[in-house]
Amino acid sequence: MLKRRLIPKLQMKSSQFGSSSKMVLVTTREYQKTIEIGNPVSQAKIYEAQAADELIFLDIDAPAHQRNITLDVIKRAAEEIFMPITIGGGIRSIEDFRLLLSHGADKVSINTIAIENPDLIGQASSIFGAQCVVVSIDYKKESDGTYRVWGQSGKLYSNWDVISWAIEVERRGAGEILLTSIDRDGMRQGLDINITKQVVQSVSIPVITSGGCGLAAHFVEGFIDGQASAVAAGTYFSFKDENIMQTRAQIKNAGVPIRIHT
Amino acid sequence: MFEIGIVDYGMGNLRSVYSALEAIGATPVICQEAQDLSQVDKIILPGVGAIGDCIHNLKNRGFVEVLNHQVLEKGKPILGICLGMQVMAKCSYEGGHYECLDWFNAEVVRLEPSDLNLRVPHVGWNNINYSSGSILFANLPASPDVYFVHSYHMQCSDSQDEIANCEYGGNVTVAVQKRNIMAVQFHPEKSQDYGLTILENFLRWQS
Repeated sequence: MLKRRLIPKLQMKSSQFGSSSKMVLVTTREYQKTIEIGNPVSQAKIYEAQAADELIFLDIDAPAHQRNITLDVIKRAAEEIFMPITIGGGIRSIEDFRLLLSHGADKVSINTIAIENPDLIGQASSIFGAQCVVVSIDYKKESDGTYRVWGQSGKLYSNWDVISWAIEVERRGAGEILLTSIDRDGMRQGLDINITKQVVQSVSIPVITSGGCGLAAHFVEGFIDGQASAVAAGTYFSFKDENIMQTRAQIKNAGVPIRIHT
Repeated sequence: MFEIGIVDYGMGNLRSVYSALEAIGATPVICQEAQDLSQVDKIILPGVGAIGDCIHNLKNRGFVEVLNHQVLEKGKPILGICLGMQVMAKCSYEGGHYECLDWFNAEVVRLEPSDLNLRVPHVGWNNINYSSGSILFANLPASPDVYFVHSYHMQCSDSQDEIANCEYGGNVTVAVQKRNIMAVQFHPEKSQDYGLTILENFLRWQS
């Protein structure tokens, strides 16, 4: 039986060290406030040891720095970690896909460029296969109760509502959707189950939901009520007292089919 | 002679396979030219992407004839991974109809799980059931979880070729073997320690 997946999200930004810059791991809140918490590759190794199912690396200030420091993280992670790796942030072209995939990424997640140039979804899908094209959908709940898609880490308003956009990206060849609530990011108050379930029921590709996990029970809600294939979390796993293995056991006990590695 | 060669024909993630082999103590070489394959004892045929490009690149770079010679005539052990498994079938129906290597009496068709709640692509960790005598799956627990990501799968006409399957809205063949030719649909290089064990088993395999 296919297991539901738990995916630590490693959010990275560049940090200046003298004349050179390198990637550091951060946590975010509502896509704004960031706190530096460590080194992405060492943290990824800890997650691997804790039997996380996949890893998502997100370069949250990609336009602001040189691409090679991101490639360096992916290259080092792929040399040391034998599990699926997705990378997102600042992808603009087929060439970016090629570069990231050749440095060891298994999937590439696109967000802003998918909104600006949706043809890229189909192009990437036909060249590299749908399985490595993840469309990341960031959304905010509007005051009238509708869910709106935002690009550029919550700074670029789009005309798409979440459900129509999810259907559109599947039609264009996306292999997976990474759905994130901007309002709930880093708040640890729970996932948006309502929109998760609506998206899951509107598409036939796997949906990863994220934004808001603070308790093991929030993952359980995402899987059972939201019907998501996977739940991703950044802040949740960054706090060292939240051990993935304990979280997994609690989720399994709630009746969700999940990988328990002994 | 080198211990093991990875076929580089422009189809995806060689680095992960390379690193996984290094992690288990092997010294892999990347084979960009078809003739490089005569210099290795064992071959890994990886592959990510679309089957049309895969077979096109194999043909264009002269790999098809050399692979047939090394594998079918000389009996060199080979392990296909993911698309590298599918290309060993007779043909594939991914995005059309493509003639493949025809090493297995099999066709590659789209996954159509009977349970409509199951999604395509089949992405994630699924447990597999393997034939008890299979050397590729030695030293593993019963029904281990391994990592999959695919939308198409191999359907064998000769059931004895299948050495492992998984349940995904029906039985899906996930590993095949015919003498020195072995192939897996999942990604051992992405399946943490179980995956590394499978690669070790292939390295140890003696015809």
